Amino acid sequence: MEQTAQSKSRYGMVIDLDRCTGCGVCMVACAVENNVAPAEQKATERTGVTWLRVYPVSNGEGFPANDTVFIPMTCQQCGNHTPCVSVCPQNAVEVDPSTGIVGQIPQRCLGCRYCMTACPYHARYFDWWDPQWPEGTEVLLNPDVAPRMRGVAEKCNFCHGRLHAARTKAAAAGRKEIAAGDYVPACVESCPSRAIVFGDLADETNEVSRLSHSINTFQFLPKLGTAPKIFYHSAKEWVRKMADRAPLA
Amino acid sequence: MDRQFIPRSVQRSSFARFAAWILPWILLLGLGLYAMYLCLAEGLNQTNMDNRFAFGLWIYLDLTVIALGAGAFFTGFLLYILRREELKAVINSAVVLGLICYSGAVAVLMVDVGQPLRAWFTFWHPNTHSMLTEVTFCLTCYLTVLAIEYVPVVLKNRKLRQIPRFLVFEFELHKVMPVFAGIGTFLSFFHQGSLGGLYGVLVGRPFAFREVLGIWPSTFYLFILSAAAVGPSFVLLTTWLVQKLSGKQLVKPEVLRFLGKVSGWMLIVYVLLKTVDTLYWINHTAPAEGAPAYTFYTSPGFGTWILFAEIILLGLLPAIMLLSKRLRERPAVLVSAAFLACCGIVMNRFVMTIQTLALPTLPFDQMMSYVPSWQEIATFLAIVAYGVVLYSLSFRYMTLFPQERDIRQ
Repeated sequence: MEQTAQSKSRYGMVIDLDRCTGCGVCMVACAVENNVAPAEQKATERTGVTWLRVYPVSNGEGFPANDTVFIPMTCQQCGNHTPCVSVCPQNAVEVDPSTGIVGQIPQRCLGCRYCMTACPYHARYFDWWDPQWPEGTEVLLNPDVAPRMRGVAEKCNFCHGRLHAARTKAAAAGRKEIAAGDYVPACVESCPSRAIVFGDLADETNEVSRLSHSINTFQFLPKLGTAPKIFYHSAKEWVRKMADRAPLA
Repeated sequence: MDRQFIPRSVQRSSFARFAAWILPWILLLGLGLYAMYLCLAEGLNQTNMDNRFAFGLWIYLDLTVIALGAGAFFTGFLLYILRREELKAVINSAVVLGLICYSGAVAVLMVDVGQPLRAWFTFWHPNTHSMLTEVTFCLTCYLTVLAIEYVPVVLKNRKLRQIPRFLVFEFELHKVMPVFAGIGTFLSFFHQGSLGGLYGVLVGRPFAFREVLGIWPSTFYLFILSAAAVGPSFVLLTTWLVQKLSGKQLVKPEVLRFLGKVSGWMLIVYVLLKTVDTLYWINHTAPAEGAPAYTFYTSPGFGTWILFAEIILLGLLPAIMLLSKRLRERPAVLVSAAFLACCGIVMNRFVMTIQTLALPTLPFDQMMSYVPSWQEIATFLAIVAYGVVLYSLSFRYMTLFPQERDIRQ
């Protein structure tokens, strides 16, 4: 099979918070796509695994000025001094230079959780239990994604299985580059209000690139200097102010 | 029944009394081993750690006991490298304490990781940029050095000395001990520092992140200094405690005073540099990361009193007590100051590990809380029990304090 070219892509997202209704379909689609096992009975919101978590945030005002925004928070695919990469003692986290995607190698992970301590976005999850699927549901597992064992860290990788599938398709068609429409992560595809736009930030003709530079678009914790590749958009001033505020300020 | 194993010309309690002392600790050790088994067999869901509080009681205590165990390397450095011969009186005890602290910490780390059988991966494909790699390498090497340093202490046992080969081996080992002391000091500098660097490099945690000096963050150097400052205090404190528990004078008072003086000097340098570091962090590092330092102290449990307690009450105060010759000569003041200094390191490591994780990083998050499970507490208590058992056995059957037989009891 012909190798597809290793272009210098920089995959990222722009999430329109004004469109997000907090329905959680993206979380479900992500779990199904990436073989995240159903939560163990004893799991809490802090021990369960979800590569994508939607946080509801209120403006704190009473009726009628009350307003709530839903913030889908996933691995921010930091492009600069990626905090989880440098701390991992055994190179189980790495950034793919051809895509800019921060990948996790669960088979190499020691389960020390140093990467989770390092991540300011709390986007990394630990397998506190053995993953278990109810009898009969194993047939629904995605064959393109390896399930993770107990005792390792995992996180969003922009649906790596889908990237591989797109590359295979491109190679089969004799193309060196993957077609933009062939590589769409599950959360993006499933969002009923089309709140998430995904694509190559390095490609200036791309919609995601244009939106990332548009007015009212921002990142969380930009001052840490980690250059996250997930951008958020909101026309509401209080949302942007909230995002810019220091915690507990 | 074990008379022939007890060193000559020292008094030890009857075997029955010794057994009565050691039995509860062995039971506690048993409980802890059961808790460890649960964590290994069932998984880390037995702990109360979670995705937000990914490090808990164990990492905090690992950092603390390793800092306290620094007495082994620093006493060895002062004795074998700087030739402070008076420290021969406590070096064996310091080595046993170091061995207990380090081996205990490594044992807990093996339970703390999710895939302990993959620990060798760090040696196979190490990430040389990771502070944890540096910690792993240095801890493993230094634990080997400590074991080598412990061998002569064991071989000096009255019964074992009757075997000529052991006697020759012990004699030869003793000749190269300065080399191991040197290696131990070198390794200790790195891993004590790396443990500080572990948190100092966390760019995503503005509370812990510090500026880089050379190739390491400032916490790297502060951890070395604070460990070296408190190590002698811990040796002092444990020697005093063993004297009280055994009802015997084990070392001449001037030895403890010397340990106190060394601790005092190191502590004052540490407090000074820690103050400079804190001021720079408050005024420059934290605000540059988008987190004004005042926001770290708005929660009722973690007010600015922590800074005062850590730097003044448990830093400057014991340093002054230990540096004043007049105060140092009063045993109660000397021991209290050593105790305060040890509390200071316990608090500093708490702040670095627990407060760092309790503080939110995302603008819409709140303070996190965490209470360890009984399995986590029992696992730690197993290390304490293991320490007491190993130290008690060493004290009974080996010569931890050579001056004991010369001092008229």
